[in-house]
Amino acid sequence: MTDIAISHVDSRQLAVASQWQLVWWAFKRHRLAMAGLVVTAFFYIVAAAPGFFAVNDPSQQNARAAYHPPQGVHFIDLAADGSWSVRPYIHPYALKRDPQTLQAVYREDETRKSYIRFFGTGYAYKLFGLFDTTTHLIATDNKSEPLFLLGADRLGRCVYSRIIQGAQISLSVGLAGVLLSLTIGIVLGGLSGYYGGRIDFAVQRLIDFVLSLPSIPIWLALSAALPHDWPATLNYFMITLILSLTAWAQLARVVRGRFLSLRTEEFVTAARLDGASEWRVIFRHMLPSFTSHIIASISLAIPAMILAETSLSFLGLGLQPPTISWGVLLREAQNIRSIATAPWLFAPGAAVVIAVIALNFLGDGLRDAADPYNK
Amino acid sequence: MSLIDLATHAGARSATPPSLILEVKDLVTHFPVRNGIVKAVDGVSLTLERGKTLCIVGESGSGKSVTARSILQIVDAPGRIVSGAMMLHRADGTSVDLAKFNPRGREIRAVRGREIAMIFQEPMSSLSPVHTVGDQMMEVLRLHLDMGKKQARARCIELLKQVEIPDVERAIDRYTFEFSGGMRQRVMIAMALACNPSLLIADEPTTALDVTTQAEILDLIRRLQQQHGMAVMFITHDMGVVAEIADDVLVMHRGKVMESGTVDAIFHSPQNDYTRMLIGSVLKLEQKAEIRLRRSPIADETLPVLQVRNLSMQFGSGKNALKAVDDVSLTVKPGETLGIVGESGSGKTTMGRCLLRIYDPSAGAIDYRRPDGSTLDLVKADKETLKACRREIRMIFQDPVGSLNPRMTVAQIVGEPLLVNRIAAGKQLDDRVADLLQQVGLEPSWRERYPHAFSGGQRQRIGIARAIALNPRVIVADEATSALDVSLRSQMLDLMMGLQDKLGLSYVFISHDIGVIRYMCDRVAVMYRGRVVETGSAEQVCNSPTHAYTQALLSAIPRPDPRARSIHRRHRYTAA
Repeated sequence: MTDIAISHVDSRQLAVASQWQLVWWAFKRHRLAMAGLVVTAFFYIVAAAPGFFAVNDPSQQNARAAYHPPQGVHFIDLAADGSWSVRPYIHPYALKRDPQTLQAVYREDETRKSYIRFFGTGYAYKLFGLFDTTTHLIATDNKSEPLFLLGADRLGRCVYSRIIQGAQISLSVGLAGVLLSLTIGIVLGGLSGYYGGRIDFAVQRLIDFVLSLPSIPIWLALSAALPHDWPATLNYFMITLILSLTAWAQLARVVRGRFLSLRTEEFVTAARLDGASEWRVIFRHMLPSFTSHIIASISLAIPAMILAETSLSFLGLGLQPPTISWGVLLREAQNIRSIATAPWLFAPGAAVVIAVIALNFLGDGLRDAADPYNK
Repeated sequence: MSLIDLATHAGARSATPPSLILEVKDLVTHFPVRNGIVKAVDGVSLTLERGKTLCIVGESGSGKSVTARSILQIVDAPGRIVSGAMMLHRADGTSVDLAKFNPRGREIRAVRGREIAMIFQEPMSSLSPVHTVGDQMMEVLRLHLDMGKKQARARCIELLKQVEIPDVERAIDRYTFEFSGGMRQRVMIAMALACNPSLLIADEPTTALDVTTQAEILDLIRRLQQQHGMAVMFITHDMGVVAEIADDVLVMHRGKVMESGTVDAIFHSPQNDYTRMLIGSVLKLEQKAEIRLRRSPIADETLPVLQVRNLSMQFGSGKNALKAVDDVSLTVKPGETLGIVGESGSGKTTMGRCLLRIYDPSAGAIDYRRPDGSTLDLVKADKETLKACRREIRMIFQDPVGSLNPRMTVAQIVGEPLLVNRIAAGKQLDDRVADLLQQVGLEPSWRERYPHAFSGGQRQRIGIARAIALNPRVIVADEATSALDVSLRSQMLDLMMGLQDKLGLSYVFISHDIGVIRYMCDRVAVMYRGRVVETGSAEQVCNSPTHAYTQALLSAIPRPDPRARSIHRRHRYTAA
C-alpha cells in the first residue's frame, strides 16, 4: 500500500509535492541524519577552501615550535583598569630547554597577549586554486607569534592547518572514488539488470569475483606497485582508481537490483505500452525511481573510501608526503614517542571519525527517506 | 449441512452456561500521528455468543481489523486502546476485562490462542517457512497445554484431520510452502483450534483465496463451530460471505458502527443510509447493467476486431515448462465486451498480456482488424507495426497504485502516450489532458497533483484516462475493479460502459468476479488451467452453465441474500 508517511504537511501542499520534496520532508524528521548533513556540509565547505580556514601555512616548518602544545584561547580580555571586553586572544608560548635533559619545555607567557582577528591577514594562498588572497577566517595580529590551535608536529608544522588541508584530499578521494565506482557500477549493473540473461550472468560472476578478492592485500599490492617518482596528482588519481576498482561491485549490485524490481513494475509496462522508446523508459520512468536510492548508497560508500585511503596512507602505501591527507598525517602518530610527548598528533584521527560518522548518519537518513512512497 | 441443523445444534448447546462470551463496550482505539489522532475505532460495542457468528463488514479503512486486533491487544504500534471495556466471560463463570490487561503482560498472553484464537488473511506470513507444519502445531500444544511429544503429535494429527487435510500422516512433516493457499489456511485454522478456544476471530480469512477454496473454508469454519460450540467473529468486506455465514452483522464505516442486527434485518430491512448504499451497490452487481440493457444487440455478421486463434503461451522449457495459456481461441467484436473469468492461475492475465504482446506467445495467432479493414497477425507483427497497434489496443491495469508512476504528475502520466506518439504538445497537450480528466470524472485542475494525492478509485480513473488518451478501439482491462471497494466498483464499471458507448470501444474484461462480469459483459469465456472451457453470452454462462467447472465455480459464489444460502449445496469439480 502506498501511504505517504508525512502527515504534518498541509494536504494541499502534499498533493503537488514531487519526489524530492517528499524525500526532503521525510529526511528532515530524522534528527541524527540532519546533524550528519550539517557536519558533512561543513566538512566539504572546509575542504573546498582549506586555505581560508587554515591559520598557518600547512607545510611551513618552524624549528622553534617542534611539538608545540595546543594553545588555549582566552575570550574575555581584562584591561589594566579592571574593565573587560569579549575579544579572543592567546598568550604566546616561550620555548625553554630543561638544563639537565635538554628537553623542550613550552611555557605560557602571561605578560604578553596576541589577539585573534576574524578575516585577518595571514600567509598567501589561492582561494579555490584561482584567486590570490591573504584573508583567513582567523589570524593573529602578530605574525611572528604563530597560533597553534591543535599544536605542532615534529617539524613545527601547525596540526590544525594540516588537518584542514588534509580534508581536501581525504574527502575528495572519497567523492572521486565513489563517482568513479558509481559510473562503472551503473553501467555494468544497468546492463546486467536491464538485459538480464547471459549479460546478467557474466556481470554477476564478475561481481562475485571482485567481491571475493581480499581488498586490503589487493590495495596494498597495487599501491606498492606504483612508482615512487610519480607526481603527487598522478599518484592521487591512481589511488582513487585502485580504491574504486573493488568498490564498484557493491554499487553495481544495488543498481541491478533496482532495475530488476522496476522492470516488473506495472507503471514501466504501462510506459512501454504508451509507446515510449527504450531510452525514454529507462531515463524518464526508471531512473528517477532509483536516483534517491543511489544517492543513499553513495553517501554510505564515501566513508568506506575515506577509511580505505586513510589506512593505505597510514601504512605508507597510499599518498606520500609532501601530499597532505589524514592518513599521511596519522603516520606522524605511528610511534610511542609521539603518544608520550605529543598526543595532539592523533587529532587527524578524530577528524576521520567525525567525518565517517557524520556521513554514515547522513547515509542512513537518506536510505530511510529514499523511497517516500513505501512505508 | 443445512441451516436447520446448525440452529438445533446451537439450541441444544445453549443450555450450558454462559452463552455470552465477549462483551465489548464503547471501544476506542486511536493511532496518534504527528499532527493529531486517527480514530481507527470510535466507540464500538458488540457482543459475541456461543455458537453464533458475528460478521463485521465494512470497506477498507473502516476499522474492522483494528477492532479485532484491539480485542487481543495486538494493535500495531503506535495504535493504542484509549477507552472501553471488553468483558470476557469464562466457562467457569468468572469474567475479566481484556482492556485492563497490559498488552505485553502474562494475562493477555494466556488469553491469546487459548481462549481467543485468531486467523489472518495471509496464511503464509503467519506460518514459519523453516519449520514443518507438525513442529509449529506441536509447539503451540506443548506450550499452552504442557503435552508430551507423542501426545502432541497425536493431537496434531487429529486436528489436521478435522480440517480435512488429506494424507495427514505425511502432511504433518511437510513445510508450509509445499501447501496451497487453501491448505495453509486450513493449517492456520487447525492451529487456532488447538486449545479449544471459546472465540475464533477470523480476519478476512478467505480474501486471498479463490471462490471455490473460499467455499470450502467457510464450510469448514461453520462445521467446526458446530462441533466446538465456539463463537466466531468474522471480518470481511464481502457481503456475499456475510449473507452466507452470519447470524448477526455489524456494519462499520470510518471507525463507527453504522448499524447492527440480525443478518436478515441488515439485508432485507436496512435502516442506516450507509448500509443501504452498501447493500444497494452489492445488489446492483447481481444483475445486468442498465446501460447494457439499453443497448441494441451487435449484429451477428459484424466482423470481429480481434480474433485469437489457438493461442498458447509457455513459460520455461523441458520438464519445468508451464503452459499458462493452452490453445485458446476467442473473438471480440467491435463495441462488444468480452469477459474472461477464471480463478488464480487459470492463465487469464497471461492471456490478456499476450494480446498486447507484453509476453510473446509461443504459438497461435492474434488477428487484429485495422480501421481500414485489413487484418494483421499481432503475434508476427514487427516493432513499428506493433507500436502502431498498441495505440489502438490499450490496457487498464489491476493495481491502481503500481500502475501509475508515483514520480510523475497526473498531467504527465495521462499526457505520456500523447507526447511520445507526437500527437500533442505544449498548450494543446494540456487542453487534451484536461479534457480527458473531465471525461473520467476528475477535476481538470487536479492535473498538477501527484498520484499519492488520490484515492484508489480516483487513481483507477487516471489509469482509464491514460488508456483512452489515444482514442483506442480495444481496451484490455485486467481486474480493473478488483482493488476497489464494492461501492466504487459499479461506478467504475458504469464509467467504462459510458466511455464504450461514446468512443465505440471493445473491452476484453478480465476478472475473477462473476458479479462484475455479469454486470458488464456481453459474452464470457471461462478459463481453467490455461484453457477456455466454456464460451457463451453472459446470460447463458451465468444462469445455465454447461461445463462442469463453470457450474462448480458459480455454485461456490456466495449470494448476498441470507434467505438463499447456497454454497453448502455447491458442486465440486475435479479435473480429469
